[in-house]
Amino acid sequence: MGPRTKLVLHRTLQAIPALVGVVVVSFILTRMLPGDPAAYFAGPAATEASIAEIRDAMGLNDPLPIQFLNYVRDLLGGDLGNSLSTGQPVVEELARRLPASLELTLTALILSCVIALPLGVAAAVHQGRWIDHACRSLVTAGVSLPTFFTGIVLVYVFYYLLGWAPSPLGRLDFVYLSPPEVTGFYVIDALLIGDVETAMGAVRQLILPASTLALFTLAPLARMARAAMLQALSSDYIRTARAAGLGEGQVVFGYAFQNAMLPVITTLGMVFSFMLGANVLVEKVFSWPGIGSYAVEALVVSDYAAVQGFVLAMAILFVLLNLTIDIIYTLVDPRTREG
Amino acid sequence: MSPTPIDSRQRGFLDHVVYVLGENPITAIAFALFALIVCVALFGPALAPYDPMESNAARALEPPSADHWFGTDNLGRDVFSRVLVATRLDLMISVAAVALSFVIGAAIGSAAGYWGGWIDAVTGRFVDTIMAFPLFVLAMGIVAAMGNTVENIIYATAIINLPFYARVARAEVRIRRDAGFAQAARLSGNTDLQVLAFHIFPNALPPMMVQISLNMGWAILNAAGLSFIGLGVRPPTAEWGIMVAEGANFVVSGEWWLAFFPGLALMCAVFAFNLLGDGLRDIFDPRQRT
Repeated sequence: MGPRTKLVLHRTLQAIPALVGVVVVSFILTRMLPGDPAAYFAGPAATEASIAEIRDAMGLNDPLPIQFLNYVRDLLGGDLGNSLSTGQPVVEELARRLPASLELTLTALILSCVIALPLGVAAAVHQGRWIDHACRSLVTAGVSLPTFFTGIVLVYVFYYLLGWAPSPLGRLDFVYLSPPEVTGFYVIDALLIGDVETAMGAVRQLILPASTLALFTLAPLARMARAAMLQALSSDYIRTARAAGLGEGQVVFGYAFQNAMLPVITTLGMVFSFMLGANVLVEKVFSWPGIGSYAVEALVVSDYAAVQGFVLAMAILFVLLNLTIDIIYTLVDPRTREG
Repeated sequence: MSPTPIDSRQRGFLDHVVYVLGENPITAIAFALFALIVCVALFGPALAPYDPMESNAARALEPPSADHWFGTDNLGRDVFSRVLVATRLDLMISVAAVALSFVIGAAIGSAAGYWGGWIDAVTGRFVDTIMAFPLFVLAMGIVAAMGNTVENIIYATAIINLPFYARVARAEVRIRRDAGFAQAARLSGNTDLQVLAFHIFPNALPPMMVQISLNMGWAILNAAGLSFIGLGVRPPTAEWGIMVAEGANFVVSGEWWLAFFPGLALMCAVFAFNLLGDGLRDIFDPRQRT
């Protein structure tokens, strides 16, 4: 087994305590429901006897460790309970809405990387010039913008004033039929059956929410790219490469950029944390039918099983994302290169 | 007479502050903006030209004018007055949350940094578990579980801010644990707790102040985000997040001022705290300047 395989295995094992922690916290959160969960699930018309019956049926009389084991057993069986308002299993609803959220988040992530990385690199290479100042202003403004506010401003400008964007209601205008589900991403699904018009419709709906989310994540990425690039450019191996007579292009992109990407990849974890939170706000502004707006709708009607299911699902998604980032880091890091 | 060493050191620090402010006028602007926000929070209700709760159906949804600087909302309430009055609540929520997480975070972080060992392992695991969640989502879950009230918004915001303070405190205490002055204090008979509280902690405070200022902006954003999705503050209370949420319904029909001004106020507050944090960092910790 090579050192790299070992490192990847090691990182994977490190994710296990995080998963355990997430499950314990989410168990505590489900047991902290305001009031008596049994009375809550029994409904307003329940009598003392029926509440006691439900409490027994829910296992709320068991000692806490037993309750925890039952909770874990349900989780392993993919059971997050039923939504109180729709009666559907929470897992099914989350799974049905997840592609919408992923389509939005991934588009935003790609968008912000495409803008932030070249911007940060350019700012570092031309330190102190106008592009550096532009980068710094954008970064400072970007971290101060409330996501939901940016979204509303974009809707006002591009939908109401200019009329370029469609109305901010969901993933697809009602004149289009949603494409047959393959990946769950409307744009890709529509392209798969060759329906360019529907794909364009989906893209038009997607642009504003994705830009809102991208504006939010742009700042930390650009800031990190600039700082990492500055540090790389001032290091000894760059001086050596320059002294050896390598061209500026090869120095910047061949040597500095590769090494500067490592801290940027590490920042991605934090960026995802912010992004999954901001996702909820953006989905509410644009009525995007993802898991974020599902949680918001559930909160409004006090459907706590659905909310806690959402929190747990997001946390597991986040742990897995961090694991992926760690593994990519290990694979990209030149110091762990084999041979 | 030559100045005493204390004098010259104080003057040196003042000179440094003046230099930093002169070098970067934005920091001066941030201090001014911060002072303005604090004044509005203190005197907001007295400054407001109208009663923030008083509705007036005859003058609903009016655009900004000389009478109503920020226009009126769908119930004819004055948006300017509501934005002013909301400052206190928004600031109170975030100050309370940040204070709470500073006290708890500093305590567990310092203990972990000073004693290490099992304390470090346990608190480290605790902090890592919080960080394993997307933080805003965790705050949603906490408020949903503990009940939908303003106090619980404060607790939730405090919990998600905790890791940052604990980590800074741990790192700053750890690097000073075996410093010369700490060993001298120990040798002259101070207990571990005294060394930590009166000798090491005061030295670790400046970087934590920077963290407080940077976190304050984030705490305001989170609290406003939570009320934007309908948690905590309830209508008709004036609060920036909920005002943006209520105004959002009118943006698609062109009544932009309902959501725009509270959003702008929120943005200015966050902006001021972020710039302030950068400025404080320049003053207290010149090595970290970017």
